[in-house]
Amino acid sequence: MMKNNEDTYYKSLRRTIALIIVAVSLFPLFLLAAVAGYRFHTSYRGKVISHLQEIVEKHARQIDQFLLEKLAEIQTLATITPVEELTSSASLAEILYSFQKSFGGVYVDFGCVDSSGYQVAYAGPFHLARANYAKAEWFKKASAQPYFISDVFLGLRGLPHFIVAVQVPYKDSFLILRATINFLGFTRLVESVRVGETGRAFILNRQGEYQTAVSFQPKLEPKQILESLASKSADAPSGSLRAVNGASSVIYKEIDGTLYLARPLKKGDWFLIYEQNSRDAFSELYSARRFSIALVALSIITVIFIAWALSYKVVGRIEQVDREKEMLSEQVIQTGKLASLGELAAGVAHEINNPIAIMVEEAGWIEDLLPDIQAVAQSAGREDLITEIANTVHQIKTQGARCKDITQKLLSFARGSDARVQEVNVNDVIEDVVGVISQKAKYDRVTLKVECSNGLKPVFASPSELQQVLLNLINNSLDAMDAQGGDLIVRTAQENGWVVITVADTGPGIPESVLPRIFDPFFTTKPVGKGTGLGLSICYGIVKRLGGEITVDSVVGQGTTFKVYLPVIQEKREGDNGGE
Amino acid sequence: MIESIKLLVVDDELDFLETLMKRLRKRGVHVQGVKSGEEALECLGREPIDVVILDVKMPGMDGLETLKAIKAKHPLVEVIMLTGHANVETAVTGMELGAFDYLMKPMDIDELLYKVQDAYQKKMLHETRIALRRKIAEGGNEDEDK
Repeated sequence: MMKNNEDTYYKSLRRTIALIIVAVSLFPLFLLAAVAGYRFHTSYRGKVISHLQEIVEKHARQIDQFLLEKLAEIQTLATITPVEELTSSASLAEILYSFQKSFGGVYVDFGCVDSSGYQVAYAGPFHLARANYAKAEWFKKASAQPYFISDVFLGLRGLPHFIVAVQVPYKDSFLILRATINFLGFTRLVESVRVGETGRAFILNRQGEYQTAVSFQPKLEPKQILESLASKSADAPSGSLRAVNGASSVIYKEIDGTLYLARPLKKGDWFLIYEQNSRDAFSELYSARRFSIALVALSIITVIFIAWALSYKVVGRIEQVDREKEMLSEQVIQTGKLASLGELAAGVAHEINNPIAIMVEEAGWIEDLLPDIQAVAQSAGREDLITEIANTVHQIKTQGARCKDITQKLLSFARGSDARVQEVNVNDVIEDVVGVISQKAKYDRVTLKVECSNGLKPVFASPSELQQVLLNLINNSLDAMDAQGGDLIVRTAQENGWVVITVADTGPGIPESVLPRIFDPFFTTKPVGKGTGLGLSICYGIVKRLGGEITVDSVVGQGTTFKVYLPVIQEKREGDNGGE
Repeated sequence: MIESIKLLVVDDELDFLETLMKRLRKRGVHVQGVKSGEEALECLGREPIDVVILDVKMPGMDGLETLKAIKAKHPLVEVIMLTGHANVETAVTGMELGAFDYLMKPMDIDELLYKVQDAYQKKMLHETRIALRRKIAEGGNEDEDK
């Protein structure tokens, strides 16, 4: 249950960390992508469009230029050529020949029409001499103004063409000199505007009729293009399309994924229309966008992966630290338990010792009085009472002594009997202890072997405490081997900065289940009344206080080995001695 | 020898004191008992005492203080410390201050008696030595007088 709780805790911690990492990393990424993407998009669009506007503008100027040139040529021709030559087909043919020679195939034919619409003279490939243009649209317009450039129309010849017409004063009335411009040549001028795969241009008049040959089908009907461009330009700063004159700038509009640019030509009679698929026009923008999206996606994947890995690592570390902390706090609790237990033990020992002293003393008094009682009992014939009383008193004294033993052990467990630390040679202490214990060992049929190393360095310890430790360990070993007898080895050795005392027996050993508890206070395997369970915990406390370690190694059936490690005196501790 | 020892027992625990006195008297010791360090000093000033059995832990003037006072005023009187608990440090301090020995409660009455006798012997020896020295000194004086 507990384990489960912890698991969910760490899982949610891991999730939280991962989410925070993802959020913190992705938020700026998205923000950057959005802002930079938008900026790039707008500025790149602007660039593309202004580039296209430039192209369209350039071509429009060229076309205007072309038309003006042709007009100027015809005007010059009309001015410098005598009227007689204009009205003669033969001389007109001569002029056409020379024009075609110097200007290429621009001019198709020349014609001279009088004010009534009657073609007086004609030079060209068609048989149009004496044709009557009185009803022709262009004638009406050309009659009304000094010069005129027509829209493209089929005319009498049934082919698309347009004409440049100039009035020449003749007598009271006028003549009109008209030149037909090569339609295909003109178309080529416009068709040269090609950008990308789908970018192309064409010319429309105000009615939405093509003024150039188109080899493709535009996305929208020409009229619709004009209308939508007009509606767009209504609120555009460049002003209405219909109102613009020749000098007006290029306007643009995007309709259904197609980009349209328009520029008025011929003083607003015609429009140069440029059409391109948006996707094509902004292809680089789109590919950049695709690249960015791929990059962002890659970043997201990376961030998620890193968040996952990092959270795993961090939480793993936290888990480990938690576990270590738990272990440490367990140790602290254990130590605290020992300390408070020690205080309690000391209190109990103090309080109990005096009553016990009195009890033992009272029992002693009874014992003292026994001879007198004996006399009385004898006279009463109850000598058996004396034995009973003597036994009882003896029992009280024995138990009192046991109590004394226990309270003394409790007290030494609480703080040690003589904790004054001094420089001690461990071998000397062992010699003392062995002297005390050897008799008991002999009695227990135990062979006691002492192997003392000669090169031992001194340690800081209280001799009486050290004696207590050794006595406890040796007594335990002797008790363990009990009736069977065996070997008991006490050995000292120098290991680096430690003096090691080994107490090894060949007793029955300590079962593994019991091993972790042997240093716990009041833990004993001896029968009730035989041991207090304090011996080893006192040893543990003493050795720990001296900055040492006590270890146990036991194999059931083979024996037990206790090792006490005591730190050798360090130089810096010199002045420290005697501190309690 | 026991009969000639004048013993003073100092212990605040009345039950303990009385029983101990009864037991010691039964063994023929001249024993007196008081309940505090102050009373002990007073008694020492009043009567000739050879050995004092002194409990360490007492209210008011405690064992060590009493010991110091006794040793200051009556340096020849021997003191045996009784510790009610296993505080050996106090006992050792007592020894350093001039106590003859120490015992831990509850103690064996015979052990106590042995110690008392030893202490008494030590005191006797001490006194004899002093008396001898005095005698020699007096003898010297007499010689001079002659």
